[in-house]
Amino acid sequence: MRTFKTALSALLAAVALLAVKLACAADVPAPAAPPAVPPVNWHAVVMFIIFVAITLGITYWAAMRTKTATDFYAAGRGITGLQNGLAIAGDYMSAASFLGIAALVYFNGFYGLIFSVGWLVGWPIILFLIAERLRNLGKFTYADVASFRLQQGPVRTMAAIGSLVVVIWYLIGQAVGAGQLLHTLVPQISYKVSIVIIGALIIIYVTFGGMKATTWVQIIKAALLLGGATLIALGVMAHEGFSFEKLFSDAVADHPKHLAIMQSMAPIGTKPNPIESISLGMTLMFGTAGLPHILMRFFTVTDAKAARKSVLYGTCFIGYFYILTFIIGFGAIVLVAGNPAYVVDATKNVLDLKGGGNMPAVYLADAIGGNLFFGFIAAVAFATILAVVSGLTLAGASALSHDLYANVIMKGKTTEAQEVWVSKLCVIGLGVLAVILGIMFEKQNVAYIVALTFSVAACSNFPILVLSVFWRGLTTRGAVLGGYTGIFGSIGLLIIGPTVWTKVLNMGPAIFPYDFPTFVVLPAVLIVAYVASVTDRSASADKERAAFGPQEIRSETGLGAEVAAAAH
Amino acid sequence: MSELSASRIQNNPKYHELVKQRDVLAWTLTVLVLVIYFGFILMVAFAGDFLRTPISPTSVIPIGMPIGVGVILASIVLTGIYVYRANQTFDPLIREIIQEASK
Repeated sequence: MRTFKTALSALLAAVALLAVKLACAADVPAPAAPPAVPPVNWHAVVMFIIFVAITLGITYWAAMRTKTATDFYAAGRGITGLQNGLAIAGDYMSAASFLGIAALVYFNGFYGLIFSVGWLVGWPIILFLIAERLRNLGKFTYADVASFRLQQGPVRTMAAIGSLVVVIWYLIGQAVGAGQLLHTLVPQISYKVSIVIIGALIIIYVTFGGMKATTWVQIIKAALLLGGATLIALGVMAHEGFSFEKLFSDAVADHPKHLAIMQSMAPIGTKPNPIESISLGMTLMFGTAGLPHILMRFFTVTDAKAARKSVLYGTCFIGYFYILTFIIGFGAIVLVAGNPAYVVDATKNVLDLKGGGNMPAVYLADAIGGNLFFGFIAAVAFATILAVVSGLTLAGASALSHDLYANVIMKGKTTEAQEVWVSKLCVIGLGVLAVILGIMFEKQNVAYIVALTFSVAACSNFPILVLSVFWRGLTTRGAVLGGYTGIFGSIGLLIIGPTVWTKVLNMGPAIFPYDFPTFVVLPAVLIVAYVASVTDRSASADKERAAFGPQEIRSETGLGAEVAAAAH
Repeated sequence: MSELSASRIQNNPKYHELVKQRDVLAWTLTVLVLVIYFGFILMVAFAGDFLRTPISPTSVIPIGMPIGVGVILASIVLTGIYVYRANQTFDPLIREIIQEASK
């Protein structure tokens, strides 16, 4: 535990230094000319430090109890259904969905609801097709399940690449968002320092506390976020006399586009495109069911029954939360838009907010509950990012160490201790990578990141997982060719699509005219996997088909599944 | 899992009953969620005018709003149905199958 204490004291020293710096910044009277930097938001800073202190305490507790690989990757498989349901919510409800959907509603009205719905409907699919079977068949990663009866090397390599593409791009999105958010809320902390703080915290949580610490960080964050969003929504409804009719008619009156916000089937100002809508819907739904950090949560519960219950709890929390974000977005139209305290220049554009387009939810907290509540919600938004990034980092590290290192490179001939050791190195590596990429991408247009991560998850991870569990005929050749079709097909079409080709690369009109390629790539993956499997006449393919029976027994009954640590 | 208990399970009609029942439930509910959700998405894509209709002549609330919230609630309800059925029917069946295999 000495290393933990050293790391902890180093971090505390850094925080103290930062506090001193902040105090100085606050004490020095602002030069008369431009009073550019607003005063330090002490409520936010203090609440954030409390959150960090509590989570570091939990990390210490978890580190004392993390001894085996099962402890490190899967929290000893001792998480209950309700705990995992909260942790799922904490893992999934990112700052992008909290601030992002509220902002989408704030600018576009009804259109935001399409995202709220799309981000929820993947959960029933996870329950019906994946959750229990994942728990019964897998050990630490979803590649365990995809490669259960197939050749370990090629299938795990493909699955690990799919996981890493999703994890690394998701990390970039989260890091950039976190840096911008923290810098906007506490301008005395620069963008770079914000990202370094996040990177350092994540490395400490995950290397020392593994999945136990990650799970509890996610549980606390979910409780804070659900509580905070409930309070904001209650504040909005109290202001509107608890009448939805009044809320929406006030919003229509206050928004510069008026009634158009109740009628937007696409972002306001763009033409709705049916194929794009359908492809977006497919991407959100199936992408959710293929996110490696989400799938990993099902290995932490005691058994298939707990896995099943945790999806029900998680779906309730997430559904409730998305309904709240919708109320919050409309509340922001009423209470934030046009308010000179938050708007850059109310005479020009009543929607244009100081600090950027992600701020409606945070300013709404200020409008409802004053500075203290603003600080609380800012700290919650930050906690949200930490919890999501922890889960992502652990999922990426497990793909590198458990899949690539232990099972592909070493062909299973490692000890658990070595594997965990490599995993911790990978956590540090991924943490540092996230910081570097986060800083590199500060000024980049990262709008394509959601499309990229969800498309790869929807077109590679999800279909291969479902085929391997349900279709006897899937062979190694089918899984690998299908999986790579999904990964490279989505990435390729995204590159030549409007967001990257036209807006990021400035190459002129896009070759592939849709932002979300899933409607083309997913069917292609299924066809490739099918054709490559049924035409596979090799002896190993016959063995793989024959191994479906025993796999199905384990997948359906849980006989032979990894047991909870307590039962050892 | 020993070879013996595997072959016992493979030959147990209750096991095939379990797989069949669970597959029917899981895929029925999956298709239902797909129909509900893509029904909503197709309305967004092709029947925007219907979704824009106000719920009453005096209201600004479009009918798409309760429908969207309804899709969220329906997802939760279907999830609940699966968990209820699995707890009630599948778990006892699995226990029996495992007991009979380890006899």
